[in-house]
Amino acid sequence: MSYLASLNSMNLIGSLPGNIAQGLIWGLMALGVYITFRLLDFADLTVDGSFATGGAVTVVLILHGWSAPAALLVAILAGLAAGLITGLLHTLLGIPPILAGILTQIALYSINLNIMGMANLAVSVDNYSLLISLRKVTAAILVTLIFAAVIIMILYWYFGTEQGSSIRATGCNPAMSKAQGININFTKVLALSLSNGLVALSGGLMAQYQGFSDINMGRGAIVIGLAAVIIGEVLGEAIFRKRLNFFGRLTFVVAGGVIYYIIVGVVLWLKLPSNDLKLFTAVIVAIFLAVPYLKAKSRTSFAKAAKKGAQNNA
Amino acid sequence: MLDIINVHKTFNPGTINEKVALAGVDLHLNAGDFCTIIGGNGAGKSTALNAVAGVWPVDNGSIIIDGENVTGVPEYKRAAYLGRVFQDPMTGTAATMGIVENLALAARRGSKRGLCWGVTKAEKERYCEVLKTLDLGLEDRMTAKVGLLSGGQRQALTLLMATLRKPKLLLLDEHTAALDPKTAEKVLRTTDKIIAEQQLTAMMVTHNMKDAIAHGNRLIMMHEGKVILDISGEDKMKLTVPDLLHQFELVSGEEFANDKVILA
Repeated sequence: MSYLASLNSMNLIGSLPGNIAQGLIWGLMALGVYITFRLLDFADLTVDGSFATGGAVTVVLILHGWSAPAALLVAILAGLAAGLITGLLHTLLGIPPILAGILTQIALYSINLNIMGMANLAVSVDNYSLLISLRKVTAAILVTLIFAAVIIMILYWYFGTEQGSSIRATGCNPAMSKAQGININFTKVLALSLSNGLVALSGGLMAQYQGFSDINMGRGAIVIGLAAVIIGEVLGEAIFRKRLNFFGRLTFVVAGGVIYYIIVGVVLWLKLPSNDLKLFTAVIVAIFLAVPYLKAKSRTSFAKAAKKGAQNNA
Repeated sequence: MLDIINVHKTFNPGTINEKVALAGVDLHLNAGDFCTIIGGNGAGKSTALNAVAGVWPVDNGSIIIDGENVTGVPEYKRAAYLGRVFQDPMTGTAATMGIVENLALAARRGSKRGLCWGVTKAEKERYCEVLKTLDLGLEDRMTAKVGLLSGGQRQALTLLMATLRKPKLLLLDEHTAALDPKTAEKVLRTTDKIIAEQQLTAMMVTHNMKDAIAHGNRLIMMHEGKVILDISGEDKMKLTVPDLLHQFELVSGEEFANDKVILA
């Protein structure tokens, strides 16, 4: 009884705006994951590193007197470079996708430490002009919403262009792409760079939001990104009861990030130990990954076929 | 239009799986030649086509398309000169993309892909017209994902994509082998029509001797990585399946070891 009594619904509502803001930032990151995981069919683990790189570059540059937008721009470039490395490891050196991403990710850990000079670097909104901060949550939500809207529009446009189409073709059918004159090594590197540039941008926003960058801030980013992508897709299709178009998918990926953070908020509100947060994340992602598969299976399965056969023969 | 000069290719050299696939292939195709290629399993038919397409570099010899030596040119660049249709209907198209999008990708084969919109309005109208020529009703499903089409529809679409921009050479790698006889017949008729209309130079690998005889103006037979028979003109028109089997036994000194071909 005392446990239930200790749960205050006002606390849950109070934490909601913060969760939405964080969810939006991770939603941007998830758009990067969507490019590689869904469009290129390449599970890119670089993002754990490039998210932190984005945060590190942004904070260091702001501390050196750069304006926040300029710092974010450099963070994007750093992310592009990280993706480029993974792409070259894979295309030039023939390293399998997952391994190429892990290698860049582990290398970035040292690089991020070198960028920051220490494991954790604070940047106070009192002394520097930041784009967003958790002290002004409503403004932070608005700014990240604008970021999300602009980026979704850019991605929607880009993947409709000749170049963007060639990236989608590469992810769908490499043999066909080559036969149609697409240099699939180039498109892979391009997509990985764009993805990590976007991830670094959201890392830079996250660092400003929380007021510091941390060497471990990207740990598990790929799982959160996947969670957002998959939650968004599953929910979007459940709501509209059909396959979403590209614009809808991108929008729901960002929404997936928000929903993920609201779930996390509820988990914390239920006073479940925060040490187990990653465990909960893994369980959530596993559930949402399993839903489409189990749904398809529930329609046709060997067990059902056997049952039907038995009925008909009876 | 095409010269294959003394081309050699060995897979897995120096290992227990070593396989000499091409052992000095020589072939010259004139512009407008429609050449069918037959041969037993492992004779090197598909390998020869892949050598021309540049799927991998050859060990020796040269490949010249319309006067340009492309031996050192990678597959994606060679694609500018080639239209290709594969045995597996899944290979030639992008399943998660629409019919129009697939055609638009093919229309840009050989040109730079920039930041212009991927499919223009004028293009869509043009594709609608070309799709009508297939007579499969695809013109009413232009935005449908290609993954929803049947194997025969996908092969017909791939054929259209391969010839949307007139290729210097059309490579057909057993493109009807995975289809049921009726659909195969239809796709072959479409193939004949497109080749005749655009006056294309084409190579068609087939397992079916009757098809090899009925289509094209030239027939070559491959055996153990070499061209052992090259029949064209009048001789080709008079050719029958027993003739071909007999010729094969004469040239190779063994029986034609391919049930699929004989039964077909």
